[in-house]
Amino acid sequence: MTQIGIVREQAAETRVAATPQTVGALRKIGYDIVVEAGAGAASAYPDDAYAAAGARIVPADVAWASPILLKVNAPTDVEIAQIADGATLIAQLSPNLRPELREALATRGITALALDAVPRISRAQSMDVLSSMANIAGYRAVVEAAHEFGRFFTGQVTAAGKVPPAKVLVAGAGVAGLAAIGAASSLGAIVRATDPRPEVADQVKSIGGEYLDVIVPDEQKEVSSDGYAKATSEAYDRRAAELYSEQAADVDIIITTAQIPGRAAPRLITAADVASMRSGSVIVDMAASSGGNVEGSVAGERVVTENGVIILGYTDLAGRLPTQASQLYGTNLVNLLKLLTPEKDGRLVLDFEDIVQRAVTVVRDGEETWPPPPVQVSAAPVAKAPDAAPAAPEKKKLSAGAKVGLVAAGIAALFLVNAFAPAPLPQHFTVLMLSVVVGFYVIGKVSHALHTPLMSVTNAISGIIIVGAIVQITTPNVVVQILSAIAVLVASINIFGGFAVTRRMLKMFSKGAER
Amino acid sequence: MSALEISASVAGAAYIVAALLFIMSLAGLSRHESSRAGVAYGMVGMAIALIATIWVTLQGAWGQPQAIVGLVLLLVAMLVGAVIGLWRARSVEMTGMPELIALLHSFVGLAAVLVGWNGHLHAPGLTGALADIHHAEVFIGIFIGGVTFTGSIVAFLKLSGRISSKPLMLPGKNVLNLGAIVVFIALTVWYVVMPSLVLLIVVTLLALALGWHLVASIGGGDMPVVVSMLNSYSGWAAAAAGFLLNNDLLIVTGALVGSSGAYLSYIMCKAMNRSFISVIAGGFGIAAPTSDDVDHGEHREVDAETVADMLANASSVVITPGYGMAVAQAQYPVAELTQKLRDRGVDVKFGIHPVAGRLPGHMNVLLAEAKVPYDIVLEMDEINDDLASTAVVLVIGANDTVNPAAAEDPSSPIAGMPVLRVWEAENVVVFKRSMASGYAGVQNPLFFRENAQMLFGDAKERVDDILRAL
Repeated sequence: MTQIGIVREQAAETRVAATPQTVGALRKIGYDIVVEAGAGAASAYPDDAYAAAGARIVPADVAWASPILLKVNAPTDVEIAQIADGATLIAQLSPNLRPELREALATRGITALALDAVPRISRAQSMDVLSSMANIAGYRAVVEAAHEFGRFFTGQVTAAGKVPPAKVLVAGAGVAGLAAIGAASSLGAIVRATDPRPEVADQVKSIGGEYLDVIVPDEQKEVSSDGYAKATSEAYDRRAAELYSEQAADVDIIITTAQIPGRAAPRLITAADVASMRSGSVIVDMAASSGGNVEGSVAGERVVTENGVIILGYTDLAGRLPTQASQLYGTNLVNLLKLLTPEKDGRLVLDFEDIVQRAVTVVRDGEETWPPPPVQVSAAPVAKAPDAAPAAPEKKKLSAGAKVGLVAAGIAALFLVNAFAPAPLPQHFTVLMLSVVVGFYVIGKVSHALHTPLMSVTNAISGIIIVGAIVQITTPNVVVQILSAIAVLVASINIFGGFAVTRRMLKMFSKGAER
Repeated sequence: MSALEISASVAGAAYIVAALLFIMSLAGLSRHESSRAGVAYGMVGMAIALIATIWVTLQGAWGQPQAIVGLVLLLVAMLVGAVIGLWRARSVEMTGMPELIALLHSFVGLAAVLVGWNGHLHAPGLTGALADIHHAEVFIGIFIGGVTFTGSIVAFLKLSGRISSKPLMLPGKNVLNLGAIVVFIALTVWYVVMPSLVLLIVVTLLALALGWHLVASIGGGDMPVVVSMLNSYSGWAAAAAGFLLNNDLLIVTGALVGSSGAYLSYIMCKAMNRSFISVIAGGFGIAAPTSDDVDHGEHREVDAETVADMLANASSVVITPGYGMAVAQAQYPVAELTQKLRDRGVDVKFGIHPVAGRLPGHMNVLLAEAKVPYDIVLEMDEINDDLASTAVVLVIGANDTVNPAAAEDPSSPIAGMPVLRVWEAENVVVFKRSMASGYAGVQNPLFFRENAQMLFGDAKERVDDILRAL
């Protein structure tokens, strides 16, 4: 049984890499868990709860010396020194932005897996920590904005006057953006959203937002191939900037979520835009840690501009819901470890044939393996050539005139036949006509479930043709008599077989209460 | 009044009573509660009709030498027929119901042909216009009967897998069908003018050939429509015999059966969003699948234990069975699974698409056989709006009836067909043998949805696995 260590994060971090619940799940796949005393305190998970889940509470040095180490954030240099040689570290490592970290880990012979490098494919969704954290952060961004915003989100008509609803603009409809749209619209605000990927319009609508399309003439919209937004073209940026300027002057709250993996965040809202906003408006810049979408935002700070606009650059939005964030983060880790422990025997196996395992591995046994080969996600629809799908051939349908004509012709034919036919025929037609009408009405009421019994009973009844055969069986002609006998025989099979099988079927239908 | 007249009027009264009982019989089948009484009405009506007919016939012919021979033949034939019928009814597997019903249709068709032939061989001695009408009636009766006979036999062979269920593609098949009808009309006119046995043989062969070709060119998945269409034909064959023999009971009953079959065909066609003509004309599956080269992404596999886990934790489960459940005989384990989940307090329902299976209502019969209570077996329209709030949907051996392309892709060959919107549920588990496409030859984007997971293998074995895991 391999030992997994859960350590206390640096002071500013409120999350923890495992909760009592995920400890149980990890033990199930064969691991032995040690938890540094007080590791879960900031997330409201006391040591007792971990112990109750089967973990051992140990001092810091014991936890750090574990062969497998689970963390939330990348370790500092001091912390790296505490890790055992050849251990496996799983955390959010931002490998693209921090080459020096990769080097430091490699020299110690550590195997490092970056949870934030999980590719965006459906199979890996359950370990996609960026999504799970962004979801929380998007929600929290709205809560932070509401906290700073001196007004209602929802519109109301009260005895003391009318309160207009707040207008919220969400820039970027990724996971965080969608969570923000949902949270803001459920608070009652009018929510608008922008995103360079046109395919998200439906998702925005589905959670109560309005999608603002950036209309760029003569340009093929880029459909994302790896699930993330890409950098946009110049013409697009110009038009988008105009859109943001228009919106900034109109809305009360802006939440920006635009981040491009491995690069500085795009500047969406300029200082002029901020200046055009009303006093008391709130901007939450969720990309503040990677440079910020908003001019004037400061990572980790609350800034108030001269015209009274509050810009929040908090980088720990997910950590502000620590209990839940730890739970989701821990579950992401459990899912990754399940993938890495195919035998469920507590032995960690790294399989580079698997694209997910390859993608997260930053350092293997002291050897840098970053960057991994790109992963193509084919979930997004490929743009179709315009002539790819020929229009389905138009179904030939009778025009209304032709239908009326046919019905009229039928009625006329019926009339003529009966007008000129000799004695018994008109009577027969009367009987036939009425029976057909009765038949349609009676059958129309039969429930779908009884269609098979209906068919077998009508089958039995259509054995009535036996009457015709019986009438003929006494004619003074042996051939006729034999043919009639055959007809009687087959029709009898029908009558007796049909009724018997119907009864058998109906006996099987029983109501729940009768059982 | 002579004895003969009295018996004739008594028989007429008996016929009216029998006709009424038949109508009540069909009406009784509209609800589960009254369905058994409905069958009883039908049996009583049939008994009354038979007794009255035999009595009147014997009284008319009594004393003549052929009467005894006729009576003996009648009794022997009925006895043999009854024994065969009851034996088949007892021994048939519920999965084999479509075949049995198709076979029974063919008997009505054969009887109608024979009655028509007798109408020619033993002419009732009419003259003038009445004789002409009689001749036309003979022809019409034989024609409808013949088409029903061979059509049903082909349907039976296809349904029982004795011949391939692929549609037969003769060049110009629509021309062939139409040509056969035109030839039939020409022959009828000829026969009315100049009755002869040769013409009778020709028209019989023509009808048999037409019936064969008509059904042979329709594929296996359209069988619900074909079987109910043949049901309708068998009714019209009986009605035609009624015209021939001046027998109102035959006309009433034939018309009832004929209209019921037509109505069922209509329901089936509506459920597939297709016109009756296009089903009869056949050739649905061959419509070139236009969008098959589209990359749907990858499907996800799941194992039985995970599904068992999902089911155990789900609040509501909907099972949508299709023909695959019948093929795998999975109805018993499915019923057991249902029972187990219900005992755990999981809300289990069934959603039945109107054309699931090879016979209207086929799935209902299979589930009833496995003792699934009918009040949790719902129609498509009843369950469709609940699917969005369902935790897990199990799709067992169904494909086209749960295909989102029908609702979302206007260029799909099945566009516009009403389907069970299973993809709205939280999780969908699809039981399937492989990734092959369904009857319509259309790829199913459902399998690539993010909330869908595939459980490959024989439906029965997989359901058994789940049961073990539970």
